[in-house]
Amino acid sequence: MAKARTSPLRSGFVHVALIIYTLIALFPVFLIIINSFKDRASIFRNPLGLPNASSFSLVGYNSVLTQGDFTLYFQNSLIVTSVSIFFVLLFGAMAAFALSEYRFRGNSLMGLYLALGIMIPIRLGTVAILQGMVATGLVNTLTALILVYTAQGLPLAVFILTEFMRTVSDDLKNAGRIDGLTEYSIFFRLVLPLVKPAMATVAVFTMIPIWNDLWFPLILAPSDATKTVTLGSQVFIGQFVTNWNAVLAALTLAILPVLVLYFLFSRQLIRGITSGAVK
Amino acid sequence: MGSLKIENIRKSFGQVDVLKGIDLEVRDGEFVIFVGPSGCGKSTLLRVIAGLEDATSGEILIDGKKVNNTPPAKRGIAMVFQTYALYPHLSVRDNMGLGLKQAGKPAEEIKERTRIASAMLSLDDYLERRPAELSGGQRQRVAIGRAIVREPQLFLFDEPLSNLDAALRVNTRLEIARLHRQLKATMIYVTHDQVEAMTLADKIVVMNKGRIEQVGSPMELYNSPQTLFVAGFIGSPQMNLVEGAKLGDPAAKTVGIRPEHIQVSNTSGTWKGSVIHVEHLGADTIIYLQTDFGPLTVRLFGEHQYEVDQVLYATPDAGRTYRFDDKDQIIKA
Ligand SMILES: Nc1ncnc2c1ncn2[C@@H]1O[C@H](COP(=O)(O)OP(=O)(O)OP(=O)(O)O)[C@@H](O)[C@H]1O
Ligand SMILES: [Mg+2]
Repeated sequence: MAKARTSPLRSGFVHVALIIYTLIALFPVFLIIINSFKDRASIFRNPLGLPNASSFSLVGYNSVLTQGDFTLYFQNSLIVTSVSIFFVLLFGAMAAFALSEYRFRGNSLMGLYLALGIMIPIRLGTVAILQGMVATGLVNTLTALILVYTAQGLPLAVFILTEFMRTVSDDLKNAGRIDGLTEYSIFFRLVLPLVKPAMATVAVFTMIPIWNDLWFPLILAPSDATKTVTLGSQVFIGQFVTNWNAVLAALTLAILPVLVLYFLFSRQLIRGITSGAVK
Repeated sequence: MGSLKIENIRKSFGQVDVLKGIDLEVRDGEFVIFVGPSGCGKSTLLRVIAGLEDATSGEILIDGKKVNNTPPAKRGIAMVFQTYALYPHLSVRDNMGLGLKQAGKPAEEIKERTRIASAMLSLDDYLERRPAELSGGQRQRVAIGRAIVREPQLFLFDEPLSNLDAALRVNTRLEIARLHRQLKATMIYVTHDQVEAMTLADKIVVMNKGRIEQVGSPMELYNSPQTLFVAGFIGSPQMNLVEGAKLGDPAAKTVGIRPEHIQVSNTSGTWKGSVIHVEHLGADTIIYLQTDFGPLTVRLFGEHQYEVDQVLYATPDAGRTYRFDDKDQIIKA
């Protein structure tokens, strides 16, 4: 165990460093949240001050909830993110299983090809994607976003999950085969439960860029009915005047679902990240 | 019921030929053990028999029926793995019952068969536990139980005891011998351990580099090895192998004498040597001698006192030496 070897002094230093890092990382989030509860004048006069009786204001939330249809935007974001994660995990895990489990000609080439997307940003293909979506009539649908995000998330998912699936014991899968499990049951009932931590890791790494993305919603689905939260918040950012109250309130609200999803995955996530290091 | 016939099985992984033409016949109810050095293809052969790996060519017949294209679950076999391979998320009971459930057996029957198997292996107290909550020996018993409930014609064991400690290994070995008598099923068993091989087997199959060197009962292999490899592999400590020319026997390339077939004397004998090292094992004393033709190991029964550098004379038992030709085959006397 690593614990026995670390001195209290050393682990003290480590904790101080981690706490400082946490404070730095959380500071912008903290700033957004406190300022979202202040009136416009106080945001500019005293950006670092906590909201008090005179500066407290919900005007930002008010405009977010009245202007534009933010409930719908939230719903859109949630649908796009969760459906994309589902497909990324499902197809990523299936491809990873095939690559790690079966010997076939071109196996490693295929693995390389599937992982290539990690290095080549999908945005380079935006024009072609847009043309494709126009041709198939998918512009301004959530389906368009889901398809793009699934494609975007797959390379990393396949890459991470293949490595993890290689570690699942062959004997276990063979025992399943002898007990009459089909390849699908071996995949869903034996292998998937064992790579759950890796799946959570992939889910979190997939989720955040999708939730925060502005590019594809703006290009592929800018209509009012398909706007995501990130795109929806942009209405408050004008060329000349920006409604900071509303922007900050919208951002604060947008953090919440991510937090919820993160907590759902986090226990598995930590296991996934450390499972290589700690036996 | 559970006979097995293998005809000219070959298996290649890409360019590598792992099995190079295996022919073997196993009669119903026999206990057959595969031994051989690491990497000689024992596990691969077992997996081919189980159907977990397709043979590149050749035929496998279980119970007279060709099973090359039959999936593992339908071959009437059960397999026990070195790493136990229990389903981590299922209880002991469900681990044992899964195969039957997949085969669509009624719940009553599954319960009954699980009960019988768990009683046989004294697993009754652990039925509701997960594998993680069991000791290594208990896990291996569950793995054996999982094989038993399938009531297979043919059991396949791949080094089932090698992860257990010495005491547990002896116990589980006895248990497997008892199961074999009780179930009267055919068993094929892979091991590294000579004692396991000699004590359990009706028939030992010695493999080397993807080929079968010799098949025979433990005593046949011990008393009349057909090749140099088998002579050196079976028996512990290893047979002394000396160049024939050095012993004044140019007709034989190699001459082999088992350490236990040599007598020593302080005064006279065939070969003169000095003691390099002595090992006292209680029941045996192993003496390592340096002679004119190289090192010689001698195994004496009981306790004996010899000093390092002491000069001794060694004499081989008459009729107990083995002579091998330049193709490493035995020269019949
Ligand atoms: N899937 C595979 N792909 C390529 N080569 C393989 C594969 N499986 C086994 N081999 C090779 O086949 C040879 C025989 O392997 P096998 O596992 O049958 O040996 P073994 O006799 O069981 O050895 P051990 O006693 O160490 O278990 C080895 O050289 C191994 O490298
Ligand atoms: Mg093996």
